[in-house]
Amino acid sequence: MPWSVETLVPLPVMLPLFAAGLTLALHRYARVQRIISVTALAAALAASLGLLFAADAGPIVVEVGSWAVPVGIDLVADRISAVMLTVSFVMLLCVLLYSLGQGVPEGEDDPGTTRGDMIPVAIFHPTFLILAAGVANAFLTGDLFNLYVGFEILLASSAVLLTLGGTAERIRAGSVYIIVTLVSSLLFLTAIALIYGATGTVNMAQLAERLPEIDPTVRTALQLMLLLAFGIKAAIFPLSAWLPDSYPTAPAPVTAVFAGLLTKVGVYSILRAQTVLFPNNPTVDQVLMVLALLTMVIGILGAVAQNDVKRLLSFTLVSHIGYMIFGIALATEAGTAAAIYYVVHHISVQTALFLVVGLVEWRGGSTSLDRLGGLAKIAPGLAVLFFVPAINLAGIPPLSGFLGKVGLLNEGVTVGSGLAWVLVVGSVVTSLLTLYAVVKAWNKAFWQAPSEEIETDVPLPRGMVLPTGALVAFGLLLTVAAGPLYGYAERAATASMDGHTYVDAVFPGGSDRGQGESVVEGDAAGSSTGGGHG
Amino acid sequence: MTVLENTPSAVLVLAIGVLFGTGVYLLLERPLTRVLLGFVLISNGVNLMLLVMGGRAGASPIVGNAPEGVRMSDPLAQAMVLTSIVITLALTAFVLAMAYRSWQLHGHDEVADDVEDRRVARHAATNAPAFEDADAGGLDQTLDEEAADVFDDVDDKDDDRDGARP
Repeated sequence: MPWSVETLVPLPVMLPLFAAGLTLALHRYARVQRIISVTALAAALAASLGLLFAADAGPIVVEVGSWAVPVGIDLVADRISAVMLTVSFVMLLCVLLYSLGQGVPEGEDDPGTTRGDMIPVAIFHPTFLILAAGVANAFLTGDLFNLYVGFEILLASSAVLLTLGGTAERIRAGSVYIIVTLVSSLLFLTAIALIYGATGTVNMAQLAERLPEIDPTVRTALQLMLLLAFGIKAAIFPLSAWLPDSYPTAPAPVTAVFAGLLTKVGVYSILRAQTVLFPNNPTVDQVLMVLALLTMVIGILGAVAQNDVKRLLSFTLVSHIGYMIFGIALATEAGTAAAIYYVVHHISVQTALFLVVGLVEWRGGSTSLDRLGGLAKIAPGLAVLFFVPAINLAGIPPLSGFLGKVGLLNEGVTVGSGLAWVLVVGSVVTSLLTLYAVVKAWNKAFWQAPSEEIETDVPLPRGMVLPTGALVAFGLLLTVAAGPLYGYAERAATASMDGHTYVDAVFPGGSDRGQGESVVEGDAAGSSTGGGHG
Repeated sequence: MTVLENTPSAVLVLAIGVLFGTGVYLLLERPLTRVLLGFVLISNGVNLMLLVMGGRAGASPIVGNAPEGVRMSDPLAQAMVLTSIVITLALTAFVLAMAYRSWQLHGHDEVADDVEDRRVARHAATNAPAFEDADAGGLDQTLDEEAADVFDDVDDKDDDRDGARP
């Protein structure tokens, strides 16, 4: 098979899946498992980086198995997909290295005692890799039903990761999580069935062409159903109550992945639904605006009330989803661009924070703010690692959180409707309250007098500190490289908002090519940019 | 003819409605196994719906197999149903395992309360000790134990843990 840039597209899905099979088969050889997992994720990251540059020239479409769309399933790597993939794999790789440094996915016991007893470590690597594959599939797919499959892959593996070890606490959290997940999946599948009934296709590009032609009432109903399903996954208020309850119980690396990625897959899907499938519906945009405001404010009020760092961060996670929804709901190119940049920023910063909290738990033996104290004196390096992403999350200039928020506020003011102004004010208030919440955590955990309970000689494993440091540094890189990255996000937003780039890439010969004729090997016809045959 | 071809059979539509309705009822129950049954029912409802959305049955969807003038069934809907069945099977297995684990740990498989709910209940109880409150009694337990134990309001203490729950 001749090499072409299309070869890269399936790799982020295939490599982790293949490696998952291998690690499962080799579950007795922990060292081999580690090497395979790290190699697979690093290779997938390399492929994503390649896509990041290649997709800047235009979306790359691959028809899986050379079955022509819309009969076959297509993978579409456009700028949004590529940038999401890249940042996801950076983060997945860091978390994997962190979990290797930790030795085992930790138990809930105090560090230094029976850490990790009875936890089936062998299952961690395959599940983690399958999660990566599911996330990559969700980002790459150009087919609504395949998006559902991607969701199921990542949700099933996330449920396994969440209940690793089957302790009482995790089963409790896992029950809630799995039920919410099941309900959202059922909603999604029902929406797909209805969309298929209304339009006769589940290919996103073809949907983009056919959906404007159906009855507007039906279209709005379908849009709302999809948004409901995605909204549960993205944890938008009032569908967010499950998140702060279930995430904090998982092992630190798992929580970090969940916080960084799973909700963002929901946000990504909402972005796709709002830009490609259902553009130009101001009523729904206004509903989203109100929900964004509620998500921000109620989420951060929850965070302020918390006394446990993990729960506090889970609430800030919910709260900051509101910023992304705000950007999407503005339904302008600049708003979408700001949302994309914010997603990238938030994946890196939220994951870094949860990894740091894992280190804090390791060092201080707890995540409760009442029991921690004086860590700035005991472990100054750890304090720096916490401080940088924490103020980044709050949006202190010149860090990436500030830049993302400025983009959003700027566009909110430009749009200038009453609701947009309310959201601008809400964003600023949320930002201040975020600062308050993280400063409270900082004061109690790092600055107050050292607690008697904390041993002074627990060394932090270098294998955990380095990946955390790398991710914090990556967050700073987003600030340094903000210019090019923001430009990329703007181009991504423009391409996805113009309404034809995506469709043209999938159907290069015009829409009447939607009759599903696969191109046979050696047949030169129709193999323009969207080829990928052979 | 064309109208009939795209009109779904009333029996199937009714069956979908019944599956969804009963499924939602079961989803609202507390034990995981009932929730699971509800999930399975709704899943089957959705599968049936996908099938109905594919239009009426016709000849087998193999090109060249159908007699002249007879329309084929929609294979895409069936492919989607098949995928969805597989996914449902996997998730069912997982939830069953979790229900079993919950039963091992607690002697029941009911979905536990949110820890935060119990925290709020505790605060409420300690703030207002003037009246008897079953929530105030649980301070010797950790929040997680209490969240797993307490799933109905205040009459939990009288419950027979091993007995049949209505």
